[in-house]
Amino acid sequence: MMNANIYRHEFRTRLRSVIIWSFAVLGLIVIYFSFFSAFADQAALMNQMLQRFPPEMRAAFGLDRMNLSDVLGYYSFIFLFVQLCLAIQAGNYGFGLVSIEESELTADFLLSKPVSRTQVLTSKLLAAFTCLTITNLVVWASSFAAILLFRGGREYESRTLLLILLSIAIFQLSFLSVGLVISLLVKRVRNVTPYALGLGFGAYVLSAFSGVFGEVTLELLTPFKHLDPAYIVQNGAYDAPLVLLNVAITLVSLAASYWLYIRRDIPAVS
Amino acid sequence: MSIIEVNNLTKYYGKARGIVDVSFKEEEGEIFGFIGPNGAGKSTTIRLLLSLIHPSSGSAKVFGKDVTTHGPEIRRDIGYLPSEVYYYEGMKVIDLLKYSASFYEGDNTQRMHDLADLMELDLNRRINDLSYGNKKKVGIVQGLLHSPRLLFLDEPTAGLDPLMQRKFFDLIRAENARGVTVFFSSHILGEVQRLCTRVGIIREGSIVEISNIRTLQQNNYKKVHVTAEGLTPAFFDLPGVTNVQTEDGTLHFFFKGDINAVLQRISGIQVADVTIEEPTLEEIFMHYYE
Repeated sequence: MMNANIYRHEFRTRLRSVIIWSFAVLGLIVIYFSFFSAFADQAALMNQMLQRFPPEMRAAFGLDRMNLSDVLGYYSFIFLFVQLCLAIQAGNYGFGLVSIEESELTADFLLSKPVSRTQVLTSKLLAAFTCLTITNLVVWASSFAAILLFRGGREYESRTLLLILLSIAIFQLSFLSVGLVISLLVKRVRNVTPYALGLGFGAYVLSAFSGVFGEVTLELLTPFKHLDPAYIVQNGAYDAPLVLLNVAITLVSLAASYWLYIRRDIPAVS
Repeated sequence: MSIIEVNNLTKYYGKARGIVDVSFKEEEGEIFGFIGPNGAGKSTTIRLLLSLIHPSSGSAKVFGKDVTTHGPEIRRDIGYLPSEVYYYEGMKVIDLLKYSASFYEGDNTQRMHDLADLMELDLNRRINDLSYGNKKKVGIVQGLLHSPRLLFLDEPTAGLDPLMQRKFFDLIRAENARGVTVFFSSHILGEVQRLCTRVGIIREGSIVEISNIRTLQQNNYKKVHVTAEGLTPAFFDLPGVTNVQTEDGTLHFFFKGDINAVLQRISGIQVADVTIEEPTLEEIFMHYYE
């Protein structure tokens, strides 16, 4: 089912990108969390200030449901931005998974080798997922480190933190597979970055503004809502139906991707 | 058993025509020339045989196996040199070739070095830094290093200097002598004539002729230009002479038949210049129009 050569090649190709993204999330978590004790000490002042913000804005950042003087409340606020990074990274790998070979015209080389399309796609997916897992592990490590260093003796529910961290892989897989299936549905992806940014920010905005406009069902489509850190902290649990919906979207996207890729005509040089 | 067997193969890209109802066979050990102008459907045919694209209708077999269902198995014994070579830009030549070799059974390291030496290819350079001709050499080594039984060459000589072209043709002949079957696509009649035993001519997606290269040449016109003083069209009033035109003291005509008849006429006069050349491919196609 998998070809080790393709896997290795794909992994190496993304290594630099993985390192950059991993440092980005590491910096984000550690630097932002280092302000935690200042926030927590001035909690009353902080909440007063936040009260003056328009409620729509507080809703957009989930601040209406977050207590910034609490370890996990503050962490879940940062985690939203970590999610945004992870979404763009995973979307980027998804969109580029097969489209880069096609736009850089190396697909002919690869697909004239004695491998099946299924093998190619599986190897590429596993390599991309390995890369995402490295970033995932960096988020785990830097989260634990930042909380350990900067929590200032405040208590937190470690089970809830684990729930938040465990949501990362599910979150990444959904952006990877949705990016992939979109790249196979459009005729030709010439540049991956705008697509990845569009998908990442689009999904984020959809989730952020769902709170602003009240009941909009479109928000049910975004992984940011499915795995909303504020919800997990508030309830100490996942929103199970939404998580299942997220997994379903991932599985459908993956199945559709295989179906499309096996039947795909590889565009020639023109 | 035919190595390639194509039956009524048709490919449409949406509404755009790729190839229509193409049928032909290539036997083991042949060098089959596939000739036609750009956009005629040569690459489409090769890409169908490699299952890079899927047929709209019809079928194709390679090594007796259907290309749509046995692609990976078939490709084990295929070498492919595309018309435009593109490789992973950041890689070194040696890494690309090793990556390529890793897909095939056995150790091809020695052969890789032999081929690279022969084509004078520096293995330690980065693909980005290579000229078009050097990339083409990478393509040649890459296509041959696993000793395939069947070679697809799609306009292989573009970008190679004449010396390299010759080396390349010698290499292909040597491979062919070892029993390798070659499918050679080109729009240059000359190189097809040098190498191939049989040719198929494709035009606007359809095969117009499949014949022995000799027959094709014998049935064909030569283009003759003679410059001499006081020359009149009446001087070359021979059977087989057509399209006579006079221009600035030079007589142009097409000739079909035994070329000695023309040469005898020419030897009887004092000429300033004589050219006898192969018709261009377009002119051959004109012939198939008639």
